[in-house]
Amino acid sequence: MVEALFRIEDLRVDVPDMTRKPLFGAAPRLEILKGLSFDIPRGTVLGIVGGSGSGKTTLGRALVRLIKPSGGAIAFDGKDITHLSDEAMRPLRRRIQMIFQDPMSSLNPRLTVGRIVGAALGLRSGDRRVSEALEQVGLPAAFVRRYPHELSGGQRQRIGIARAIAMRPDFILADEIVSGLDVSSQAQVLNLLQGLVKELGLTLAFISHDLSVIRRLCGRVIVMQAGAIVEDAPTEALFEKPAHPYTRELLDAIPSPDPSIRW
Amino acid sequence: MLDGRGAVKRRAGARLWLSGLWLALVVLAAVFAPLVSPQDPLAQDLMLGRLPPFWMPDHEPGFWLGTDSLGRDVLTRMIYGARVALVVALSAGVATCLIGTALGLVAGFYRGWADRIIGRLVDIWMAFPPVLFAILLIAVLGTGLSSVVIAIVVIDWTRFCRVVRAETLNQSQMDYVHSARVAGFTRLRTLVAEILPNVLPVIVALLTLEMGIAVIVEAILSFVNLSVSTDAPTWGGMIAEGRTSIYQAWWVLAFPLAALFLTVLSFAQFGEGLRDRFDPVLR
Repeated sequence: MVEALFRIEDLRVDVPDMTRKPLFGAAPRLEILKGLSFDIPRGTVLGIVGGSGSGKTTLGRALVRLIKPSGGAIAFDGKDITHLSDEAMRPLRRRIQMIFQDPMSSLNPRLTVGRIVGAALGLRSGDRRVSEALEQVGLPAAFVRRYPHELSGGQRQRIGIARAIAMRPDFILADEIVSGLDVSSQAQVLNLLQGLVKELGLTLAFISHDLSVIRRLCGRVIVMQAGAIVEDAPTEALFEKPAHPYTRELLDAIPSPDPSIRW
Repeated sequence: MLDGRGAVKRRAGARLWLSGLWLALVVLAAVFAPLVSPQDPLAQDLMLGRLPPFWMPDHEPGFWLGTDSLGRDVLTRMIYGARVALVVALSAGVATCLIGTALGLVAGFYRGWADRIIGRLVDIWMAFPPVLFAILLIAVLGTGLSSVVIAIVVIDWTRFCRVVRAETLNQSQMDYVHSARVAGFTRLRTLVAEILPNVLPVIVALLTLEMGIAVIVEAILSFVNLSVSTDAPTWGGMIAEGRTSIYQAWWVLAFPLAALFLTVLSFAQFGEGLRDRFDPVLR
């Protein structure tokens, strides 16, 4: 049994429900995550799948502590980080990285690629380690002078990956990182990520609404529906014998190439 | 797409050059006023009163744009008036920008009680009628150039504050801010190194606009005689004097008015042009 890098117990997140806020007094709380428990062992790739509104993005943001959980516990590498302040979180930040869904908004439009990747490391854009990080994600070192809007969607997402891995983190959260890309860029980014996971021994949580993407990358899958985990199984078992009706629904939604149809 | 961008760039270029040329002319005239002006700005000669500009009959050589009813040279007074206009534009513009931007950034980024206090302050401030507020302030502070600058800053910082706050709020929602947090940046570093560069184009456009407004406010205040002393040449003061003799000597009113108009227009266009030219996102 490998020691768990992340241990999540009864994780709860709620937000004020402003649509039902009375004129006076506090708004009622709306539960987004209703008590989730799971482990992420070191060196594994966990898929988190669910429809929109299932709470998978909220779960991700709670893991990297962009939002504060309202209950339960998150332990990272044996240390409870559930209620750490921003200040206390800072030394841990570089070990827990994140790749965002929309690379246009997650890369500062007014900084060059070199500064975006370098700033995370506290380096200048001309530093060798910045161009190394770019080469690792298959981009030429000359890109350090480019601005994000001069790049294609796939290239931008590679910059996002370069920024995350440049910190040499223990854990990376990838939140729907290929859903904004066309199919061929998706495949390239997935291949790249797969290679990096092997090469660097990364622990990865991969959020997606698309099970076919999850299948390529992940060893274990968590299926979420309405803020709760409905199924938690190894990928093979999940695809062979889905236990929950919602999982079956998601599996049926994968378009499968049918050889009987000729174009 | 590419053709469209080219057209935008060309137009932005013409706008930048034309407005920049006029502003450079005004700056040079103001800095070298004693060297370039043909007459003494304060010298009166009633025998030379209401001389017309050079292309009209009965003009006098050396008085290119004519004289006012006291025989003072209009061109010379315009050149000296540019000094007052520029000093007010620069000092009031920059001071307004610094105060308004700082408060706007804090309110938009930190939210919470800072935002609530600054927001209420802006609301209260904007409920005062600006021109009356300015006149009241100068009545308390006494007339003079520094009072004019202080009055403009005290009244107009809300313009920067509101716009910068809204833009900061907008930028704070972007994922690159979350990303900075994940990278372990401090809040202050995120604000200065990540958000400020994205708010800067708005600030520059607003700063040049504010410089134009400062010139106008100074002209308004000297029009009602609340700026520098009556004798000293200012564009607003000249317009006020020219108004009384508009049927006999229209040039006393028309030339400073044209200079005022062109300067204010140039400031605004210069800001837009700068943004089009140097914003990496639009380029």
